[in-house]
Amino acid sequence: MKHIRKQFPEVLALKDISIAVMAGEVHALLGENGAGKSTLIKVLGGIYSMDGGEIFIEGSKTDIHTVHDAQANGINVIHQELVLVPKMTVAENIFLGREPVRHGTVDRIRMNADAKTLLDSFDLDIDPDINLGELTIAQQQMVEITKALSFNSRILVMDEPTSSLSEKEVNFLFDTIRKLKKRGVGIIYISHRMSELFEISDRVTVMRDGEYIGTVITQEATPERLITMMVGRKLTSYYTRTYSRLSEKILEVKHLSDGKLLNDVSFDLYKGEILGFAGLVGAGRSEVMKCIFGLAPFTEGHIIIEGKQVRIQNASEAMAHGLALVPESRKKEALFPVQSVKFNISIRILSRFIKGIFVNDRREEAITNNYIRQLSIKTPSSEQTIGNLSGGNQQKVVIGRWLATTPKILILDEPTRGVDVGAKAEIYAIMNKLAAQGMAIIMISSELPEVINMSDRVVVMCNGSVTGCLPKEELNQEKIMHLATLHGMPVQS
Amino acid sequence: MGNDTIQPVDSRGKRQIYIGHSVLQFLKENMGILIGLALLCLILAIKSPVFLSRANIFNVLRQVATNLYIACAMTMIIILGGIDLSVGSIIALSGVVTGGLIAFDGASLAAAVTSGLVVGTAVGAFNGFVISTTTIPPFIVTLATMNIARGAAYVYTGGQPIRVMSDSFNFIGAGYVGDIPMPIIYLLFIVLISFFILSQSKLGRHIYAVGGNSQAARFSGIKIKRVIFFTYLFSGLMSSIAGIVLASRMFSGQPTAGQGAEMDAIAAVVLGGTSMSGGSGKIGGTIIGALVIGMLSNGLNLMGINSFWQYVVKGVVILIAVYVDYFKKNVTT
Repeated sequence: MKHIRKQFPEVLALKDISIAVMAGEVHALLGENGAGKSTLIKVLGGIYSMDGGEIFIEGSKTDIHTVHDAQANGINVIHQELVLVPKMTVAENIFLGREPVRHGTVDRIRMNADAKTLLDSFDLDIDPDINLGELTIAQQQMVEITKALSFNSRILVMDEPTSSLSEKEVNFLFDTIRKLKKRGVGIIYISHRMSELFEISDRVTVMRDGEYIGTVITQEATPERLITMMVGRKLTSYYTRTYSRLSEKILEVKHLSDGKLLNDVSFDLYKGEILGFAGLVGAGRSEVMKCIFGLAPFTEGHIIIEGKQVRIQNASEAMAHGLALVPESRKKEALFPVQSVKFNISIRILSRFIKGIFVNDRREEAITNNYIRQLSIKTPSSEQTIGNLSGGNQQKVVIGRWLATTPKILILDEPTRGVDVGAKAEIYAIMNKLAAQGMAIIMISSELPEVINMSDRVVVMCNGSVTGCLPKEELNQEKIMHLATLHGMPVQS
Repeated sequence: MGNDTIQPVDSRGKRQIYIGHSVLQFLKENMGILIGLALLCLILAIKSPVFLSRANIFNVLRQVATNLYIACAMTMIIILGGIDLSVGSIIALSGVVTGGLIAFDGASLAAAVTSGLVVGTAVGAFNGFVISTTTIPPFIVTLATMNIARGAAYVYTGGQPIRVMSDSFNFIGAGYVGDIPMPIIYLLFIVLISFFILSQSKLGRHIYAVGGNSQAARFSGIKIKRVIFFTYLFSGLMSSIAGIVLASRMFSGQPTAGQGAEMDAIAAVVLGGTSMSGGSGKIGGTIIGALVIGMLSNGLNLMGINSFWQYVVKGVVILIAVYVDYFKKNVTT
């Protein structure tokens, strides 16, 4: 792609971008949200038309105006959000829109056989005749990749393919990518996870504000250098942490079981500490938090806050006990997408400025602006619709909503998922400040570097049980992964 | 992040002029339909000299009033992400119960009206109870109660209208205070109450929150069931007020009253810019929407256009107005 330019009504989204992808190469595309990565991919995939520049495929100039053009030229994009139909079978999904036909009807036998052949070529043990919805997210992703490759792709684009995958599933995906490299497929790989880029990519191109910043060979780069290229300034530190744990115990969870997944979960939380929760997806970490927060029932166990046993039935009682929960899925469980930043921040503390029918607008505005300023939420105004903000700023709004309730215990479930590097560093700095002020923080995270660098202690869970609790000095990836995959007896912490 | 700590605010904030701001906001949000309304007035005023006469204006407002009682509640329900199809049947049921108690049982006016209100509100409460405690979609639940309430009205009356010859009963819907017809006085109260609930109260914020993302509302500790229950109950109450006013104006409780009322109310809400997918919308828009529908019927009548054609015109106007609104929103975002 040479000198690609894309003009939107209000902004120049891409300014003279040139990038070259070799056959058999994994070329990572790195940049903060809004850097123009997705726009570039959409131009390549035929969703947007470009306003300047040329695309060459295997040396010859190619015009791409529609998705069909792109596919005909061997370009396939796997989007961040899966675009498969859950209620159709795997084979139907793979051949959607180009089903093999015999006598005017779909030839199901051939379709299933062809799908089987394709799946087998990746050593995927998936029955082509079952409904897609019954598969795990990772398996669905593999189906999507299989589908993309069935078009005889020469160029495959993957937009954040690992954002909803567990560690094990990521490894499987990477094995698949390596197989594709051997077949000579050129792969453009977009991810926010630095460690992945170093594991899988050959070269990295960095973009910022729609501009091409540079391309480096991955092995010759360091994370610090890439981050500096991305944000355009040197971040003094990525992980901010001053350890200041106090000795005062604030929360005790004892022998918690829910009769389904959770089995005898116990741990303590102290003021001023960040307690990390590590484990594979489905280990039961979020479920523990939902039990504590009164959003899910449990059959056995006690929850003790500041020495008193509590029985919390719903989120508003949890709030009354000084608890706050920033949930795992921002979109599903936290945001009111068509409402303003102000509405989203103030929804938990309406009694502070609404008395009967008298709304104290000034007070609401003051509370909102306070958090916009202190959490440096980048928004044109407090009236901005939250759906228009970037993921990192949306997350800060949700954090602000809960800080406004002045909690003593803050539970953050995957606080930096789908958040770009700059905003991640800011969220870490916020967490550090809160802990230093004496707030007790629980952080669930599937990103091991984040868990290791931010936590005072880490609780590791596996299959609904706590398999270990590691102090800061003993934290390393191997140890955590060992405990996270230990399907054995629960270990007392 | 300049400072080193993150603290809740205690300051009172800077003074800002909100009233001017919200009037401007209102004009901006409803620009399209307001221009439409003004054009409609202009054309009708030119075509028909009667249109701007006081008698006719009150006539339009009186017709708009009963639709607006329901449309105010419907606005809340649609913001909540729901729908209420039973409102037309509640009109009939509360009308015949009130009329029947006076005509058959010689009940006092107060007792009869109270009973009518209670019956209609009970249907709304039933809707709210079922919708908040089960996963049956509101469309289905209120489709069922729409049939049940209509059927009950027929059973109670044996299918015949109940004539009520009572001046005091007639005063409720056809009387005046000074120059102002009674239904318009109720309308003022209902519009004010609805406006305050939606834009000034905690309950209102909760309605927007549940409609915007019910899962997030639950995670934020909002009592979703209570919010849903109240909103449908309110709709039942508004529908029964409409039912009693209509019965009073017609001197009779009629089991066929209010047919299609749910569609008029929904049309007013949608014309007013409330999104059918929930989470956004305002009472102000609904008022304008109801006025457009009311003036359109009135104007077409004055111009002597066949009432069958009026349906066609109404349908076309709804489609165009909503399309323009949709188009505008997609351009700005």
